[in-house]
Amino acid sequence: MAGLATSLGAGAATNSLDQMPDIDTLFLFGSNPTEGHPIVSLWLKKALRIGAKLVVADPRKIWMAKRADVWLNLKPGSNIALLNGMLNVIFQNGWEDKAFIAKRTEGVEELKAKVTEYGPDVVEKITGVSWDKIVEAARLYAKADKSMIVYGLGVTEHKTGTENAMAIANLSLACGQIGRPSTGIMALRGQNNVQGASDLGPYPSSLPGYQSVLDPNARAKFEKAWGVQIKDKAGLKSVEMLDECTKGNFKGLYILGYDIAQTDPNLNHVWKALESVEFLVVQDIFHTETTRFADVILPGASFAEKDGTFTNGERRVQRVRKAIDPLCGMAEWQALCELSSKMGYEMNYNHPSEIMDEIASLVPTYGGIDYRRIDEKGLQWPCPTKDHPGTSTLYTDIFSRPGGLAQFMSLDHTGSGEKPDNEYPYVLITGRIREHYNNGSMTRRCGGILELVPEEYIEISHEDAAELGVLNGDWVNVSSRRGQIKVRAKVTDRSQPGNVFLSFHHPEALTNMLTSGYRDPVTGTPEYKSCAVKIEKTYIEGEWT
Amino acid sequence: MSISITINGRSMTVEQGRTILEICREAGIRIPTLCHDERLEPYGGCRLCLVEVKGMARPLASCTTPVQDGMEITTESTLLRQLRRTNLSLILSNHPNDCMKCEQNGSCMLQDLAYEYDADGDMFKGDKWDLPKREDNPFITYEPNKCILCSRCTRICNEVVMAGTIDLTGRGFRTMPDTAYSKPRTLENCEFCGQCVSACPTGALTDKRGRGFGRDYEMKKVKTTCTYCGTGCNFYLNVKNNKVVKVTSAFDAPVNRGNLCIKGRYGYEFIHNPDRIKIPLIKRKGVFHKASWDEALDLVATRFKSLIERYGPEKVGAFSSARCTNEENYLLAKWVRCAVGSNNVDNCARV
Ligand code: SF4
Ligand code: SF4
Ligand code: SF4
Ligand code: FES
Repeated sequence: MAGLATSLGAGAATNSLDQMPDIDTLFLFGSNPTEGHPIVSLWLKKALRIGAKLVVADPRKIWMAKRADVWLNLKPGSNIALLNGMLNVIFQNGWEDKAFIAKRTEGVEELKAKVTEYGPDVVEKITGVSWDKIVEAARLYAKADKSMIVYGLGVTEHKTGTENAMAIANLSLACGQIGRPSTGIMALRGQNNVQGASDLGPYPSSLPGYQSVLDPNARAKFEKAWGVQIKDKAGLKSVEMLDECTKGNFKGLYILGYDIAQTDPNLNHVWKALESVEFLVVQDIFHTETTRFADVILPGASFAEKDGTFTNGERRVQRVRKAIDPLCGMAEWQALCELSSKMGYEMNYNHPSEIMDEIASLVPTYGGIDYRRIDEKGLQWPCPTKDHPGTSTLYTDIFSRPGGLAQFMSLDHTGSGEKPDNEYPYVLITGRIREHYNNGSMTRRCGGILELVPEEYIEISHEDAAELGVLNGDWVNVSSRRGQIKVRAKVTDRSQPGNVFLSFHHPEALTNMLTSGYRDPVTGTPEYKSCAVKIEKTYIEGEWT
Repeated sequence: MSISITINGRSMTVEQGRTILEICREAGIRIPTLCHDERLEPYGGCRLCLVEVKGMARPLASCTTPVQDGMEITTESTLLRQLRRTNLSLILSNHPNDCMKCEQNGSCMLQDLAYEYDADGDMFKGDKWDLPKREDNPFITYEPNKCILCSRCTRICNEVVMAGTIDLTGRGFRTMPDTAYSKPRTLENCEFCGQCVSACPTGALTDKRGRGFGRDYEMKKVKTTCTYCGTGCNFYLNVKNNKVVKVTSAFDAPVNRGNLCIKGRYGYEFIHNPDRIKIPLIKRKGVFHKASWDEALDLVATRFKSLIERYGPEKVGAFSSARCTNEENYLLAKWVRCAVGSNNVDNCARV
């Protein structure tokens, strides 16, 4: 979300889900909400039902692409070229919102100059999308009264993820499609509490609430509240910690509820790091790939066993409530308090509501939030004071950057870290399916769901399947420069020739053995959405096809 | 535009363009309904929501009638009571007498209304459906005999989910909601969101995996937020004997208004899966041994402290998870700064 933070001020979705039915043009970018965010998709479907136009940018022929007015079936990794092309069209035709640009943004001249480099020839070649479609998409987006961009991990999980998000912000700003209800940019992200986990802190360079460890005032505030001295230098990012582990330089690691050894890319590397660290504590509700490496495993409590809050994708802080006692005796927050106290730093809370009160006193955007106020409907941050009603639309008058103006960013297409070649001719896109969740440790333990989707499969186009001699249900070996897995093929028109798709929900087929180690240099987000693979038909011992 | 109407003699100013039912519900005036669902477009099928409007020859369905300036509306009268009783008696004439064993007993709208209006299943004599119960998929049980043809299931599947799995099939007495060619629901034709189940006012559609665990009124219902994706849907965990046995819709939820997907509605069984780690484990010589919380936390504290002493706080850190609560993420950030003394804390929140 660093991209949106740079352009607009905050790394968060600008608008609200209940505004979706009133959209005039929906621009869906690298997001498959009918699978990844099914209930968001219901509000988008409602908009379509009552007449909204739909533009979809996605290499896969997803449900929404089939119903789109314009489907931009771009090549993976060509997001910026596509968006620059659209902006080029918009400026050429004078479809931009000149008043909005003049009053609320800066940097437009550089952007204008930059996008002139993205004419029909260049853009068609990079994206594989015909110019006509790009013009039509630009028109539908720019000319509508209320256009909203809904984007997903297809934007962020690239080496250029941060820049991709900035390019999206450019488009929205140029057309003045932001700062009003049913416009703006909604980022749909992977896990349930991504927003809250970002807001509240575990970052090496910032304290809870995006308050930099380099800022002496922020440090002073937290030092006073916490009674310790805080280092004025950013700590290590997770990738860096792992690298240091591998080198033998990092000694102790506590992993809370995160299956890094299945869900991180380039698994061989991760496994080596986890093997090398001297002392590893993992806390989780199930044994995972990661717990194998632990020196101590602490049990975790599921969401049904504890009180707390999650912050959803529209910045709404909502209650999680304890329905049953923790099966393992205590919830993570209690274990953390005890551990901390045993290490000599007292942490004492009777209830998570007291932790939220402490958060509210230190994080300005959460300042007005407490358990009593959020009991019924939650509250959307920014909610700075106890009488503030919360914020459903961001940036209605100013952007949260110094000076209050939004920043256009001039960007160049650089592409994916790893591109297909003769040896590895297919682009592997990874993502989620509706039925399962992440490493599958939860959904694979729900009887009915496992019955429906018991195993991983690779989605492959009819054309590629024919060429490889692969039929629906055949076993194939999928390999990249880093590893190999064996899965069944699902031949489908969702995949376009040259692209294949895998989820990462099943430990028997570790998709992330294949994915590359390329990352967004700003956020460290792995390039899950594109790497080069080859596919060979194979058989399983004793099984006849 | 604002207009003036009276309801049951009480005058009020309301916004134009809304239905009588909507206005009444907001004003706390109860009107019985069966085919109405706030998630759906008005339908007007069950004729239970009839109200009298002065000057109109016959009562009108309040769920489909928009308010108009000067309307004088009556929601309760002897005539309305009679009409509702007749409609309910008609429905009961083709409904099995199965309440004592029905999964829906205690949370069935038909049962409640039949009781309230003293409906009589013998008022009209006619054929009764005698179709087998269908449990041909992992999640949804269908007892066609209990269907009252309100069409809520088919409408939510087509209008809201846009899955097109089920529709009203057949004609006349043979009309019933079903899949094309009566095929079992599979991933080929159905999303298993259970929206149809949540819409059904009777015991015709029920959650297969929650059946038999107890009556609705025996459940402790705890409203919470989904643990799966960032949409943040709310629902009720249904708890009996300290066990989560089912999930039901929270229709007032700000984000999802009672709608749920397969993971939210049917993704709860992992909670009581026997694989859950319930006891801390300490690895000695490559093998995990069970330990008490005290023992495990003592060991963790001692090891971290000695690593910090020996190598410095810069060599110790933590990863947190976007699956944990806000409070836990905050505490972990605090723990690394305060108990460890470094800034080495990061999460996967970027994904
Ligand atoms: S489960 Fe969902 S998709 Fe399937 S029939 Fe019911 S409403 Fe339709
Ligand atoms: S199955 Fe239930 S929801 Fe569907 S038409 Fe019959 S009674 Fe109505
Ligand atoms: S019910 Fe489905 S859409 Fe809603 S939060 Fe849960 S996983 Fe997401
Ligand atoms: S609720 Fe109005 S006709 Fe059924």
